[in-house]
Amino acid sequence: MTHALFLPHARLDDLIRQVQSAGYRVIGPKLEAGVIHYAELNVAAELPWGWQAEQTPGRYRLHRSQQTLAFAWAAPAQGLKPWFFAPVEPLWRLRRTPDGFGLEPCLPDAKPIAVLGARACDLAAVARQDRILEHDPHYQARRQDALFIALHCTHPAASCFCTSAGTGPRASRFDLGLTELDTGFVLEVGSPRGGKLIEPLALAGATADQIQAAQTAVAAAAAQQTRRLPAGDLAGRLAACIDHPRWDAVAQRCLACGNCTQACPTCFCHARRETASADGQSAEHSRHWDSCFGELHGHLAGFQVRPQTAQRYRQWLTHKLGNWWAQFGASGCVGCGRCLTWCPAGIDLTEEVAAVLGEAPCGR
Amino acid sequence: MRPLIELPAPARIVERLQETETIFTLRLKLEDAALAAHYRFAPGQFNMLYLPGVGEAPISIAADPRAGLIDHTIRMVGSVTRALAQLPAGAVIGLRGPFGRGWPMPAAEGRDLIIITGGLGCAPSVSAVHAVLAQRARYGRVVLLEGVRHCRDLALKSRFAEWLDHPDLDVQLAVCETNPCADWPWHTGNVLTLMDAMELKPERSLAFLCGPEGMMQAAAEKLVQRGVQAGDIYLSLERNMQCALGLCGHCQLGPHFVCRAGPVFDYATIGPLLGKRGV
Ligand SMILES: Cc1cc2nc3c(=O)[nH]c(=O)nc-3n(C[C@H](O)[C@H](O)[C@H](O)COP(=O)(O)OP(=O)(O)OC[C@H]3O[C@@H](n4cnc5c(N)ncnc54)[C@H](O)[C@@H]3O)c2cc1C
Ligand code: SF4
Ligand code: SF4
Ligand code: FES
Repeated sequence: MTHALFLPHARLDDLIRQVQSAGYRVIGPKLEAGVIHYAELNVAAELPWGWQAEQTPGRYRLHRSQQTLAFAWAAPAQGLKPWFFAPVEPLWRLRRTPDGFGLEPCLPDAKPIAVLGARACDLAAVARQDRILEHDPHYQARRQDALFIALHCTHPAASCFCTSAGTGPRASRFDLGLTELDTGFVLEVGSPRGGKLIEPLALAGATADQIQAAQTAVAAAAAQQTRRLPAGDLAGRLAACIDHPRWDAVAQRCLACGNCTQACPTCFCHARRETASADGQSAEHSRHWDSCFGELHGHLAGFQVRPQTAQRYRQWLTHKLGNWWAQFGASGCVGCGRCLTWCPAGIDLTEEVAAVLGEAPCGR
Repeated sequence: MRPLIELPAPARIVERLQETETIFTLRLKLEDAALAAHYRFAPGQFNMLYLPGVGEAPISIAADPRAGLIDHTIRMVGSVTRALAQLPAGAVIGLRGPFGRGWPMPAAEGRDLIIITGGLGCAPSVSAVHAVLAQRARYGRVVLLEGVRHCRDLALKSRFAEWLDHPDLDVQLAVCETNPCADWPWHTGNVLTLMDAMELKPERSLAFLCGPEGMMQAAAEKLVQRGVQAGDIYLSLERNMQCALGLCGHCQLGPHFVCRAGPVFDYATIGPLLGKRGV
């Protein structure tokens, strides 16, 4: 943090205007429908000033706080996934012709987005999805020019475990990085593009005290987290625990609703859907988010690959924490805690994985 | 979006054959001459067939690789396959592919090849048989053991007639039911029972298996017991596939995306996952 600047709260609007005039749609956290989530934002006043969020297994509550900070809460209800990997993405449109049919590819044609206040966990999740969807034209069309103004976390929720997931609370890749203090932000430049963007703001350098306060706050956020993932080779250890009785035990509580997969910022499963017009002359082929908890995820003619909830929960957890490593060289979990917050049964994956792996290795 | 990868390319049904009551073959030709000229597939790979207004389904390529046409032998089971069955010759459907890793034909050169199939499991193996026959001298003994549940299920009757009489193929058929049809001249019993009498030089042999997973697993175990290396036994797997691009997640089996790393796997790699229900 050698070249840090200071952005007073009152000048956040200057930054937003600057980003807008550079051609971006600004996305930032907003309080809407009882949750804080990423939404299109025009002025700093729309940020959730003075709110705090309580997140524990199966519980999300907003509270008024004494301080008037903009970011005194942790993971928004949904990550950045919907902005790049759309929940519903039309892939092509079909029109019948006298001689067969014609297909018109659908590619998103939206202004690039700039995310104000992107959390470390969410940026790590974007990096995970970048790897998976590297060659996907629809993802890339939305993703390639995106700008990230990161927010280093100072107020983790009880559900957070980014420290043990190795993704936060400090973000590692960003164009601009913010750490919120009482009167404004310590601002770091993370890319040449970010540097150019703030040049016209002519911000003063942050003082040594401000830099120190920012570092202390982020370190405290790391120390505050109590949930954690077990250390070591989870892929190998979980693969040995396929027959553990805990899978059946968790299935007694799991509703197989798929909320965890919908809230998870890294889950990429999707299904294809063909929607035909009533006259049969045209159709649209789209993809939409799917879940390995769903009945149709593993169906085959005459065969259901995972008929039981225990098998589906095991798929979800062993994919996230285990098989993801072989597939993409990283964990599928960034420690955002959303799957436990949004689980109606309050199932906590950190607790489940600890129970499965236990003290003694499986199968020995 | 790349044609044949992300975007289906129009393909015309040039011929349609009814194989059994529920199984039919579509012989396809890509409408776009440039795409057709560059289209190459390996035995054991598959295409996503697209029926406008209904959807896509993964179907193995059963074609003779010499012919320039793309054959698909399809069993009517659900929405796409039933609707495809209604189409006459001349109709146009969409096609993406080829996808996946097929049979290891180069590894089979100079070896004896044992192909064991169950039911319509024959579809992926048909292209392997064609590949062998196209360059017969490159392979040792070729044995084809085909099991069907009912004698009316025997798809590709005409092809079988040709192969049964082929001097360079050792073909044996088995029907599972206790009361086979009156005109069934072949073996009655599980296809696995044909293996007991089969001559086998384990160190020279490579096996290709396709069919129901339990049958393939049992056949693989029998081969292992007779001394064939697990790494010399190949299986063609089936999973729910929606994208064929390694993206939709539906075809996962442990760490593998079956659409990309498979559908053909060697038993050393995939065997440990097969007995585990729900992995
Ligand atoms: C690599 C690969 C190669 C293949 N090769 C061939 C081939 O060469 N020939 C061939 O015939 N098949 C092949 N298959 C199988 C083929 O892909 C499937 O049979 C096909 O996808 C079925 O599509 P469908 O739309 O007709 O059936 P679907 O409508 O998807 O239905 C399939 C089955 O699921 C059941 N089902 C449908 N909807 C539901 C529901 N909502 N809930 C529960 N069950 C439901 C149906 O009763 C039916 O039995 C292959 C599969 C793979 C993965
Ligand atoms: S298989 Fe399940 S856990 Fe894995 S990405 Fe798909 S929905 Fe998420
Ligand atoms: S598995 Fe849970 S904690 Fe991990 S990234 Fe997904 S939603 Fe967040
Ligand atoms: S079929 Fe979509 S990932 Fe394999």
